[in-house]
Amino acid sequence: MNLDISALPPEVAAAPKAEGSAPKIAVRKLDFFYGKFQGLKSINLDIAERRVTAFIGPSGCGKSTLLRTLNRMYSLYPGQRAVGEILFNGRNMLDPGVDLNMLRAKIGMVFQKPTPFPMSIHDNIAFGVRLYESLSPREMDERVEWALTKAAMWDEAKDKLKQSGMALSGGQQQRLCIARAVAVKPEVLLLDEPTSALDPISTAKIEELISELKADYTIAIVTHNMQQAARVSDYTAYMYLGELIEFGATDDLFLKPQRKETEDYITGRFG
Amino acid sequence: MNEHTSKQFDAEMEGIRSGVLAMGGLVETQFRRAIEALREVSDEGDDDIVSLVAADEQAINQMQMDIDHQCSQIIAKRQPAAVDLRMILTVVKIVNDLERVGDEIKKIAYKARQMQQPERLTTVRVHVITRVAGLAEENLRLALDAFARLDVNAAATVVSNDEAIDASFLAILRQLISYMMEDPRTITPALEIVFIAKSVERIGDHAKNIAEDVVQAVKGKDVRHATAEQIRAEVAE
Repeated sequence: MNLDISALPPEVAAAPKAEGSAPKIAVRKLDFFYGKFQGLKSINLDIAERRVTAFIGPSGCGKSTLLRTLNRMYSLYPGQRAVGEILFNGRNMLDPGVDLNMLRAKIGMVFQKPTPFPMSIHDNIAFGVRLYESLSPREMDERVEWALTKAAMWDEAKDKLKQSGMALSGGQQQRLCIARAVAVKPEVLLLDEPTSALDPISTAKIEELISELKADYTIAIVTHNMQQAARVSDYTAYMYLGELIEFGATDDLFLKPQRKETEDYITGRFG
Repeated sequence: MNEHTSKQFDAEMEGIRSGVLAMGGLVETQFRRAIEALREVSDEGDDDIVSLVAADEQAINQMQMDIDHQCSQIIAKRQPAAVDLRMILTVVKIVNDLERVGDEIKKIAYKARQMQQPERLTTVRVHVITRVAGLAEENLRLALDAFARLDVNAAATVVSNDEAIDASFLAILRQLISYMMEDPRTITPALEIVFIAKSVERIGDHAKNIAEDVVQAVKGKDVRHATAEQIRAEVAE
């Protein structure tokens, strides 16, 4: 499933590496355009398998844009285009022939605001699964339980599976969304500021969940909360004005960043 | 280094930095007084100097607690990262070293007061010990300068200077052993001088610790237990 980096051209193989783990996704010379405006400039980056990679940077730096290219969420919008390579399981996800539904089943996404569907907790999870698999009712119940357990929601939700997902608290709604993403058995989870609308306790639960989920999934998270990036991630990428400024092990980046721009940003000296 | 977006954060960081320098200044004053006490044990007014040294030590203890408290507050409120975090950790370690230096200086002054006058080893005490104490004082000042200017080259010099202080300590020990073997009546004053010399040697070690912490703050590299040569190579990078 992993990429053979040695087979890549030298300038591509020289991209920042997430050391100690195989790359799950390899981004190479990625440019992104909103119409004429260039939102990402020649990004080279590896996202390591079963590790958490965090993207930090000021508003408008391109971190969410980069996340949205990874499962081609941007394709939903006219005038937005990406150029370059996003290699996932050896294939460039930017190729025109890629089946977007299958891609998004493999690379799931959770957004800043919890977005439960206006249906029961059970159906919120079953909805996505039905798009890709035909399961018997019993198998579906098992899958719902499995997904809710993965998202640390089962104990809270097991007695109210028929209740509306909208009736849950914000933190529970977000974990329901994570359960929904997990239910289709993706390989990668993209989290776009998953806790910025949540209280500190719910945030702590999601962070705990992220560290449990990385045993099975590759996770990329965009966050405005630098301490959160420091807490949950193994690798951190600092972006500014569409460029990748620094990428490295989180343990090093928050103690002794290599670039002055990164140091200014993480110490609150920015701008 | 650019300013923080939060000016209050800048003021807090400057507060702990200048606190360390003020504390270091007081420790240097205290050290000079203790060396003076060593020189003039028999003179009138010696007790005054020793009580000044003791009062300095009290003030130094209080400064350590105040600066530690400020550092805890910054960590709790600002969640510092990178250079700020390294600086705060360094400050906490440096004030700990300075407090220990204050203790050693107080011991030196008390020993000086205890010594019988006139004694048989006055020359050793006045000339040899005060010379090596002067080296330690100079090195402590250099270490504090290195901190004030975040000068890793000066810090490397402090580490290599400490080797000379350690060598002097061993030389004094050998000299005192010779005296003690030749004339048992020198044993009591010689032991007093050994304690003083040991305190001076410890002050040298604390100055070295401070210098190593400066390298850690600036370069992000832990150079404790490294040789002076290795530190030179590290700061040259």
